[in-house]
Amino acid sequence: MQDIIKGKAYVLGDNIDTDQIIPAKHLVYSLSDPEERKLYGRYALSGVPDAAAGLPKGNVRFVPENDHRSPFQIVIGGKNFGSGSSREHAPEAMQIAGVTAVVAESYARIFYRNSVDGGFFIPFEAVQRLVGEIATGDDLEIDLPKGTLTNRTSGKTYGLRPLGDVLEIIKAGGVFAYARQAGFLKS
Amino acid sequence: MGMTMTEKVLARHAGRKHAAPGDNIWVDVDILMTHDVCGPGTIGIFRKQFGPTARVWDKEKVVVIPDHYIFTNDQHAHRNIDVLRAFVKEQDLPYYYDVGTDKYKGVCHIALPEEGHTRPGEVLFGTDSHTCTAGAFGEFATGIGNTDAALIMGIGKLWVKVPETMRFEFEGPLPPYLMAKDLILHIIGDIGVDGATYRAMEFAGDGVMSLSIEERMTLCNMVIEAGGKNGIIPVDAVTETFVKSKTAKPYQPVADDPDARFHSVRRYKTADIQPTVAKPHSPDNRGTARECKGTKLDRAYIGSCTGGKLNDFLAAAKILKGHQVKTDTYIVPATTEVAKGLATTMLDGQTLVEIFQNAGAKISQGASCAACLGGPSDTFGRLNRSEVCISTTNRNFPGRMGSKTAQVYLASPYTVAASAIRGEITDPREFL
Repeated sequence: MQDIIKGKAYVLGDNIDTDQIIPAKHLVYSLSDPEERKLYGRYALSGVPDAAAGLPKGNVRFVPENDHRSPFQIVIGGKNFGSGSSREHAPEAMQIAGVTAVVAESYARIFYRNSVDGGFFIPFEAVQRLVGEIATGDDLEIDLPKGTLTNRTSGKTYGLRPLGDVLEIIKAGGVFAYARQAGFLKS
Repeated sequence: MGMTMTEKVLARHAGRKHAAPGDNIWVDVDILMTHDVCGPGTIGIFRKQFGPTARVWDKEKVVVIPDHYIFTNDQHAHRNIDVLRAFVKEQDLPYYYDVGTDKYKGVCHIALPEEGHTRPGEVLFGTDSHTCTAGAFGEFATGIGNTDAALIMGIGKLWVKVPETMRFEFEGPLPPYLMAKDLILHIIGDIGVDGATYRAMEFAGDGVMSLSIEERMTLCNMVIEAGGKNGIIPVDAVTETFVKSKTAKPYQPVADDPDARFHSVRRYKTADIQPTVAKPHSPDNRGTARECKGTKLDRAYIGSCTGGKLNDFLAAAKILKGHQVKTDTYIVPATTEVAKGLATTMLDGQTLVEIFQNAGAKISQGASCAACLGGPSDTFGRLNRSEVCISTTNRNFPGRMGSKTAQVYLASPYTVAASAIRGEITDPREFL
């Protein structure tokens, strides 16, 4: 687990559900095939309505056309991020597009769990609402030991909530590594 | 200190005398269910983590039900079913309901109880968020991702954080114009789409216990739309009669202790509740059918794990009988058993199929999830443009049923049927 995570912000609002993160018609591609799985990156966050895609202005594509990597690495969300279906394709699509952290006000349970157990990225909870504070494209830096998020574009620093119970799973790198440590799996 | 049903089931499956909200425990799994959308990913992780020759921990406990993308020409979707078929053969799994065979079922959450896989007091995990439906049988049931499912496949265990329980009590039997869908939409409107996040939702009271098993399933089905971890309903004669008619496997029901502690208790009088809708684009955007009167519709849809059971179609048929629909109406039975029921169940001398045909509705030839979640572009009933649809399904997020410019209203089968006849949102009391 690295101490510092840097990246450009992509800002979304409340209740970003997994149908917006990866629309259901795309759930047919192979996750095992190294080339085909890139399609999940291509369509990551493609279901977000245009006006709400990349706040505050909106109409910002998360992934450029015909690409599978996003120029944005840190996603900022509001309340109840990742609600809806249990599709693990949702955090995985974001990871394939290059997301290294999500910072939201709160999460839907299964998405949060999938992000942690699959080891896709760290789902941080912010102490305060960051939608409206941070703009899409801002340069961000997360300091894990300090538990802070700094917006280098505006110079402001915000608090992050402690990771709590899931810290050990995140440190291990996902639930399989954690289960090995707990003795449920042979290593 | 006493325990709730949910706490008790989890404690027992962790080999403990007691479990309290917030405890992180490893539980033994009774059933793991997967389907065509998440099965291939789960199998991929299972093979990668446990090795190419690994066997599932207990083949009697893995249930594989293809149901999402079945009646489509999408070749990727067909390949996913091939992946399931090959895995089931390799692992010699007895509970596989293959496409194109007599065993094919359709929507997993309805197929599970029909096939006897839902039993009181057990722990069921499924790679689908609506796995919570099975809480209607007095068990702990919740949705998980591919990684967690792959871990269970190998070791038969998963870590769980014990949730607090929110209790919802309904007093009085349902008035003839209400269905369980109205109750759950009402609750979600009250507590919001994250009102039960990390918590169990327990439904009780004489209003709930007077419901059929199918209606209880509707209540538990939508707890995920309030962020809930699981829904659960006390076990009674209705539960046990149903379960025993489907399986001879033994089970151990649980009940709340008299001194069980709840996060909160909300009490409702069913007579105070109105036919309810969730307006676009969120299940908590509550309105009543009366308030929405006049909203013009392009489509009505009756189907899914939420609203595609035999009782849902029987309710719709009561209203549609002798009428013509004004808006395109799609009928999608959840399972092949429900489809058979449509052809054999009679209402005033006509089968349900005849009633729907005479009303001018389109009936799907296959049982599946179909357009509830959009799916491939050729999916039956999919919203491919900016249609306004009223639906018995569970989610009305942007793009959920297809196009992001479409608008979906969620409602009970009564309200959907009444609205289909008028071509605009209509309170079912106008027909009952």
